[in-house]
Amino acid sequence: MKPEVVIKNPGMKLNKNKSAKLQNWKAFYKKFKRNKLALVGGYIVLFYILLAIFAPVVSPQDPYEIDLVNKLQPPTTEHWMGTDDKGRDILSRLLYGTRLSLTVGFVSVFFGAIIGILLGLTAGYYGKWIDTVIMRIVDVLLAFPGILLALAIISALGPSLINVMVAVGVFSIPMFARIVRGSTLSVRKLEYIDAVRALGATDLTIIFKHIFPNILSPVIVQATLRLATAILSAAGLSFLGLGAQPPSPEWGAMLSSGRDYLFSAPHIALFPGIAISTLVLGFNVFGDGLRDALDPRMKK
Amino acid sequence: MGAAVEGKKVLLKVDQLKQYFPIKGGFFGRTVNHVKAVDDISFHIYQGETLSIVGESGCGKSTTGRAILRLDEPTSGHIHFQGKDLLSLGRKEMRSTRKDLQVIFQDPFASLNPRQTIGQILGEALAIQNVVPKGHRRSRIEELLGHVGLRPEALDRYPHEFSGGQRQRIGIARALAVDPKLIICDEAVSALDVSIQAQVLNLLKTLQRQFELTFLFISHDLGVVRHISDRVMVMYLGKIVEIADKKSIFEQPQHPYTRALLSAIPVPNPVQERERILLTGDVPSPIDPPGGCRFHTRCPFVMDICKTKAPELKRSTQNHQVACHIVS
Repeated sequence: MKPEVVIKNPGMKLNKNKSAKLQNWKAFYKKFKRNKLALVGGYIVLFYILLAIFAPVVSPQDPYEIDLVNKLQPPTTEHWMGTDDKGRDILSRLLYGTRLSLTVGFVSVFFGAIIGILLGLTAGYYGKWIDTVIMRIVDVLLAFPGILLALAIISALGPSLINVMVAVGVFSIPMFARIVRGSTLSVRKLEYIDAVRALGATDLTIIFKHIFPNILSPVIVQATLRLATAILSAAGLSFLGLGAQPPSPEWGAMLSSGRDYLFSAPHIALFPGIAISTLVLGFNVFGDGLRDALDPRMKK
Repeated sequence: MGAAVEGKKVLLKVDQLKQYFPIKGGFFGRTVNHVKAVDDISFHIYQGETLSIVGESGCGKSTTGRAILRLDEPTSGHIHFQGKDLLSLGRKEMRSTRKDLQVIFQDPFASLNPRQTIGQILGEALAIQNVVPKGHRRSRIEELLGHVGLRPEALDRYPHEFSGGQRQRIGIARALAVDPKLIICDEAVSALDVSIQAQVLNLLKTLQRQFELTFLFISHDLGVVRHISDRVMVMYLGKIVEIADKKSIFEQPQHPYTRALLSAIPVPNPVQERERILLTGDVPSPIDPPGGCRFHTRCPFVMDICKTKAPELKRSTQNHQVACHIVS
């Protein structure tokens, strides 16, 4: 047979460079958009993030200003959500509280995700006894009910918002570790990993340049869902007085302060409650939608 | 093994290679048994030739390739490459030696990282082994794409924008990037359709001549093997049953297994009478392979000695070695 190099027309669309990435995003958004509920969730999340950023601009009053004359007022045109037991404007406090809740959520999930991802990658990539040791530790963490573990950590470290972040972060670790380990196991067996290893790439290069980018989508989904849990747990801990300390306008703490006035001034507890539940719901449906859009097995 | 044929240099010599994979089981995950994927094989590859390994699924042909590359750490044995024993090299030395040994994989859809552009994939190959200084890499990549018959525009595209055949060419370009001496083609064309197979095979042949490459070609497709090989090695259940020149093995197969294998090649003539040797039964499990000759459970010419004594690989004629009691 005559040896010949066949030059074939690659026959590809004449898109400009970098368009592939953009198109991926477009395709993703198209798929995501079909799930109306998730879209609403996404907008709720976006709305709260904007509120948190622009809290000082949109707040009608100083959230810390005590006005005992006007305490426990029901919603009026001046105080849209009324005032609390110290006469502070609840709307302004809620807006500033958004910052706290989102910060706690993002920081703790970020902290938990980093450690969980590192553990999961190590366990999944190296396997053998390293895998066994790491995953048994993770199982132990997982065996604790989350809030109990957080209570234990806070009682050891002392009540503060920083320690809430640490506590909530720690109980996010096992979730991330498990998901990352599983995905690493499946990606590690692919031929392109063998190909770069045959080229002489180091383990670090293989793990961070080739495995990590390819397991990112389940991690993102998990992080979004985890944010909801983290915010809820942080509010719960503050409600118990273990998190944010007065006078900081944390939603859980506000809810707690409204407890004594449930019958006389229900709005004090009502509005923080609504804020917590809508944000958590928003993250949850958004995360579910992301999972459906990113998971190739759940197409259509 | 006898002395090398005059004038030919041995590039790679595999000596008593064993690859056992442990089977974990029981309560504490103890090793309960081993899959004997490759069980004590020795062979060599001459510089510039194409040696093919054929055999049915699970006979250990891919495992052999992976063991040579140390993608899986072999259980025991020696692999001499240019005078060095690859298995005794430390991590660092092995990493730099990898430049000379490359691999082309079967599945063109799994062998390229979907998140990297073709330029990044090839650029990384150049960067890892630092074969080309930074400033010159782009032109080198374009040159590589030219060698495998792709246009330089491919550089900024992602793997999903290419067809299977094109991706396989990219895989070949990646292997070529580091100027290797030996390329292991692990079922390199099996996933492609027949017309593309021919193109890729011809490309491999052209590149072999151009860059003086040596190929270890792993395949189950005898037609492909016939087209590309200089010598052929037949494996069955982790053992070598026959090694010979292509001509010799296709015209005078000696081992009953090789004969059965060759009789299964379809002939494009419906009228032609041909003798089909049909094997009965399945391949025994490599966890607990039969004693004596591993093929004795399915061999049509089985004798008493086959059940007790494993035949050694012996030279029958010039350039022809076979492991069978009937032949010797």
